[in-house]
Amino acid sequence: MPGSRIIPAHRGLQQPNRRELTTALGLSALGLGGLGLSRALPGAALAQTPDRIVVAGGVITEVIYALGLQDRIVGIDSTSQFPPEALKEKANVGYVRALSAEGVLSLKPSLIMLIDGAGPPDAVSLLSESGVKIARIHDGLTPEGVVTKIAAIGTAIGAAAPAERLAAQTRAHFDELATLRAGLARKKRILFLLSLQNGRAMVGGRNSSADGIIALAGGINVADAIEGYKPMTDEAIAAAAPDMVLMMRNSSAHNITPDELFAMPAFARIPAASEKRLVHMDGLYLLGFGPRTPMAARDLMAAIYPEAVIPPLGTAATP
Amino acid sequence: MTLATPAPTVASSTLATLIAGRRRTGMLAVIGLGLACLFLTIVAIGQGAIAIAPGRVAEILMARLTGDTSLLEGRDVLVVLNIRLPRVLLGLLVGAGLAVSGALMQGLFRNPLADPGLVGVSSGAALAAAATIVLGDRFLAGSMMKLPFAALPAGAFCGGLVSTLALYLIATRGGRTSVATMLLAGVALGALASALTGLLAFWSDDRQLRDLTFWSLGSLGGASWTKLTVVAPIILPLLLLMPLLARGLNGLMLGEAEAYHLGIPVQRIKALAILLVALAVGASVATAGLIGFVGIVVPHLIRLCVGPDHRLLLPLSALGGAMLLVGADIVARLIVVPAELPIGIVTATIGAPFFLWLLLRRTSLIDV
Repeated sequence: MPGSRIIPAHRGLQQPNRRELTTALGLSALGLGGLGLSRALPGAALAQTPDRIVVAGGVITEVIYALGLQDRIVGIDSTSQFPPEALKEKANVGYVRALSAEGVLSLKPSLIMLIDGAGPPDAVSLLSESGVKIARIHDGLTPEGVVTKIAAIGTAIGAAAPAERLAAQTRAHFDELATLRAGLARKKRILFLLSLQNGRAMVGGRNSSADGIIALAGGINVADAIEGYKPMTDEAIAAAAPDMVLMMRNSSAHNITPDELFAMPAFARIPAASEKRLVHMDGLYLLGFGPRTPMAARDLMAAIYPEAVIPPLGTAATP
Repeated sequence: MTLATPAPTVASSTLATLIAGRRRTGMLAVIGLGLACLFLTIVAIGQGAIAIAPGRVAEILMARLTGDTSLLEGRDVLVVLNIRLPRVLLGLLVGAGLAVSGALMQGLFRNPLADPGLVGVSSGAALAAAATIVLGDRFLAGSMMKLPFAALPAGAFCGGLVSTLALYLIATRGGRTSVATMLLAGVALGALASALTGLLAFWSDDRQLRDLTFWSLGSLGGASWTKLTVVAPIILPLLLLMPLLARGLNGLMLGEAEAYHLGIPVQRIKALAILLVALAVGASVATAGLIGFVGIVVPHLIRLCVGPDHRLLLPLSALGGAMLLVGADIVARLIVVPAELPIGIVTATIGAPFFLWLLLRRTSLIDV
């Protein structure tokens, strides 16, 4: 953690051991210099190979891991949360929109892959000046977008054939999903609840990734009057009358129970409350829009329509 | 705090000794801080995520100076000349600019809490930056967002200036500017600007919100020669003209009317100081985002050590601010390598406990 690295320096400064300010300033200057020297060593000994990819964009990491080519990755951004081992195995270059040019270059990449919106632009222009090959990947949130994305990632890393197979498989899953969707009798109304901070509901509106997955799963997003992820008033939630509430499962903190949620005034009288229909799903699985998305949509569909028989997609088991 | 006033019984020679002593401390401090600043600059150019031998760094710098292009090959050249050097220079410039602005504002407003944000630059710039981040995609042509000195810094700079101008006009009647009015109006305008910024944050999508958060924590990451050449002429006047203001600010410590009777052109000093600060802070905020703490704490730190004489305070603040920012940037760049930490986090975590320690060590309370 960054914090734990800063603390020792402070302790040194807070000890009233020297009277003069100049000494203290000198010490912190020396400390900073020393810190810099100690951090400069790793990475220096690494040899240059043609397959050193730095990825900025979680879905790109997911696809490369799905292709089994993760050995070619040397660095990933902090949104690369799936598979979970990725952030443990690879160097973290920070948040996808706050990359550091020198940090990325220090990994000696031969290819830098950027999802839409990776930045900041200054860092990206420095990276392209450095002469490293840069591949930009469009982050589509539709079935067609996901398929194109997988193929584009494959082409960029020189694995077009296996990526094409993964893309075709994903497309087949999406088609199967569409058939399942067509078989649904009555579409149910879904509310995606991003968070419930202090009892205030933050919901997934129109053009959000939650909206996309609800549509794929054959549900109706009741918050489609709102754009993106925004707070929604209690009364509007009551008026929207969702048949089910969908939330992301949080592995590190308490997940609100159906009893707790439907005891809240806004949620007490909605249709979902009668059978306490609250579903938690893994956030990355649900909203990642990668190769797992058809399966996630299928699982969500099964959760929304428990009375219907929703078979697993294809021959592959759901992850 | 005030210059130590001798009790009536103390002979005037004691006062002379005291003043001479202060001057000597001051000279030593200028030399010491100057050397420390130079040292930090060298460390900052030599260190980074990519390990480059000190010899090679020196070689690259020399080759650039002598125009010997044969040695200027390879990725390390790009790193030293196009990433680190402009970044360190920007850090020196912005740090010095912010700290001197803070010292000027505290002198002008005779208020220890005055910081560069007080003339409305920061809040205006923040509002304009938020507007560019959130509404830019919708209202500006794509090409505008990709210019080297792009829409965000240009917008932030203009926003800062407009807001300062508004504040100046509100507080000026009949050729006289009231600093008290300006202080209060600044609080009101700041609240309005942050309300509008909040509204923009409400409208923003997730990505824009992240951008907004990162921007408000500041970073020197976007430094480039283009930015430096645009920003330097805007910040340098403040650093070059500060000797002109020092005597006037010393006079103002006695009070506005008293300074006027001493023959100090009070109104001209106010207008000049506000203009220079607005330009320098506007340019700093535009290129490096909101970097708190430097403007308010560095001048106080210097005052605690060498006293309130602006002739020393201003240049020492410049050195101190430059050092704090370049030092903080070294930490920001190296601590989570290969990512980097927003610099505002580092300036405050390094500086605040240090400053508190200084305050606690003092036996007496501070009055400005």
